[in-house]
Amino acid sequence: MEVLKIATAGSVDDGKSTLIGRLLYDTKSLTADKLESIRESSRRKGYDYLDFSLATDGLVAEREQGITIDVAHIYFSTPNRSYIIADTPGHIEYTRNMVTGASTSQASIILVDARNGVIEQTKRHFFINNLLRVKDIIVAVNKMDLVDYDQQRFEGIREEFKALIDKGSYKNQNITFVPISALKGDNLVNPSENMEWYNGETLLEHLEKINIEDVFDDGKARFQVQTVIRPKKEGYHDYRGYAGKLKGNSLAVGDQVRILPSNTLSRISSIQFFDQEYEVAERGSSITITLEDDVNVSRGDMIVKADELPDSDKLLTATVCWMDQQPLSLSGKYELQHGVHSVSSKIKKITHKIATDFSGREEQTEFLNMNDIGLVEIAVNKAVHRDSFSNNKENGAFILIDSQTNTTAGVGFFE
Amino acid sequence: MIKTVKKNPLENEAIYILREVAAQFEKPVILFSGGKDSITLVRLAQKAFYPAKIPFPLLHVDTGHNFPETIQFRDELVEELGLELFVHKVQDNIDSGRVKEESGKYASRNMLQIETLLDAIEAHGFDACIGGARRDEEKARAKERIFSVRDDFGQWDEKNQRPEVFDMLNGRIEFGQNVRVFPISNWTELDVWNYIQQENIKIPSIYFAHKRSVFERDGLIWPAHDEFVYRESDELVVEKIVRFRTVGDMSCTAAVESLAFDIDGVVGEIRDSSISERGARIDDKRAEAAMEKRKQQGYF
Repeated sequence: MEVLKIATAGSVDDGKSTLIGRLLYDTKSLTADKLESIRESSRRKGYDYLDFSLATDGLVAEREQGITIDVAHIYFSTPNRSYIIADTPGHIEYTRNMVTGASTSQASIILVDARNGVIEQTKRHFFINNLLRVKDIIVAVNKMDLVDYDQQRFEGIREEFKALIDKGSYKNQNITFVPISALKGDNLVNPSENMEWYNGETLLEHLEKINIEDVFDDGKARFQVQTVIRPKKEGYHDYRGYAGKLKGNSLAVGDQVRILPSNTLSRISSIQFFDQEYEVAERGSSITITLEDDVNVSRGDMIVKADELPDSDKLLTATVCWMDQQPLSLSGKYELQHGVHSVSSKIKKITHKIATDFSGREEQTEFLNMNDIGLVEIAVNKAVHRDSFSNNKENGAFILIDSQTNTTAGVGFFE
Repeated sequence: MIKTVKKNPLENEAIYILREVAAQFEKPVILFSGGKDSITLVRLAQKAFYPAKIPFPLLHVDTGHNFPETIQFRDELVEELGLELFVHKVQDNIDSGRVKEESGKYASRNMLQIETLLDAIEAHGFDACIGGARRDEEKARAKERIFSVRDDFGQWDEKNQRPEVFDMLNGRIEFGQNVRVFPISNWTELDVWNYIQQENIKIPSIYFAHKRSVFERDGLIWPAHDEFVYRESDELVVEKIVRFRTVGDMSCTAAVESLAFDIDGVVGEIRDSSISERGARIDDKRAEAAMEKRKQQGYF
């Protein structure tokens, strides 16, 4: 079955959790016992309506404060496909979680409060979705019930938002606007009776039509070896299978390939998945391949088509989003992990900090604090076989790991 | 026709995660309960490393309150795949006085498993424990990472988790720490059942409808097994056709009435079900934050 991964973004109190709860409720994905526990908690809190946010805020601290702290993953399905929603926090200090949610999503829902219109947080959310090249964006103008379902208000917000689109760097996004009321259920699953002026699709109708396979970047096939399979059993003494997940594009038996960093040439002799052999594998497949020649391949090496080489130098320019309490600085020691390949790195230069409000403002700085985004130059001790994020999303991102604490401190996108 | 690898995004993701575990850790282990989720994990591990053997042993934290069908199934699977199995018994900790058995109507050994699991991790020096937990099961689990770092005491710091961006997994830990790994995080109960059906995976017979002696309490159907499950004298034993949706400790696993005698029946039933799988888990009914509390203490 197809799976569509969606991230939700919005400010505190924009009604994100309510929207998700409502989607679950209207698609009949909330089971009787879960619904009962929501009913019970709502009653205990003295609400006279069902508080659907209780379905998603899983931590005690979240329920106490009525806010979302950490990304929660929510699942529902229609007869057509399965959905995974990464519900990400709206507080500015949790922006790193929003990046996390958007990084694994093919679509994003950005919530805008119809009373407030486009605010600072909206810009930031859209900026991140633009930076991460999320393909489909749905701007859900929520709380339409509180502005008397006013068409003018909706159109006004759409115009405000369109001004941002013009300033974004990723132009190929599909952006759709839907006027909704998550609380009342208007235009989520069922068309609203209160907004007859709106002829577009409901939120769910739109989600159902998003093309999952569609990728805008013309990625080249990139196969990073995760592990080398060498069975210790009869009949397999000379077997060497290279296991990994294929990214960017497909590979076929007979393809002439180059193994990086050794730069050796060989040919794919077989593509295997479990106990079957195949002629072709498409991007996304976790396969095992064997090569015609007995070459030296180990974890982290990359197999590519012979005439489709990635960039391989040791000085990198990248946009970095910082996620750690300890700021990024020139003196920090970081391991750079690109896919499954890790190298030592040194920050050579923080070129500037980038404003996330589309103002284009560039600020000189010596540090990137948590939630800052900046352009940096990084030197690495071994070549990283990469593409620019804009050409090949799947081979263009990396994480920076603090060597002292082992934590994932930042995420970056190669220029 | 060109033969192309069939795409199952959830399966591809799980295999990718299992291969990362093999590459990033020294001593990983699969937490194996004999339930459908851990059985699915074993199948995925088989696929990830074929034609080599699964490079992880299995660890069963045995509450002693098992369904005999599950234990028999476990032993046959281990035999068939030539795997190593470690069994650590909650009973041993009770006998030595390290943990105290609960008493009364709702007595269960579920909480007691935590100590045994942590002891086993320490005794063997496991640095990665692969579990079949899924985010759709329970709201605290919905917040879980794929690589979830635990401190020296096995505890989960839910407010300070490592970000997981794209598919990059960071398993770097200090000595004494360990990582809980959840390869089927993104699967739903129905995904697991569909997979079992499609792959024709063998599962213990208690998942299918069968006749059993049971009694009713609080609207749930409890297995009548006086040795393990406390029963009031006015809670009458009756025979019903039931099956189990989860396989846990017998004292905290309720049955459901069912006529699903085979896998097709089960898949159909799950698809139409209006009760979540954990709705029949008595251990989660204790408090709204029951799972979060257990996880903070070291539960998987």
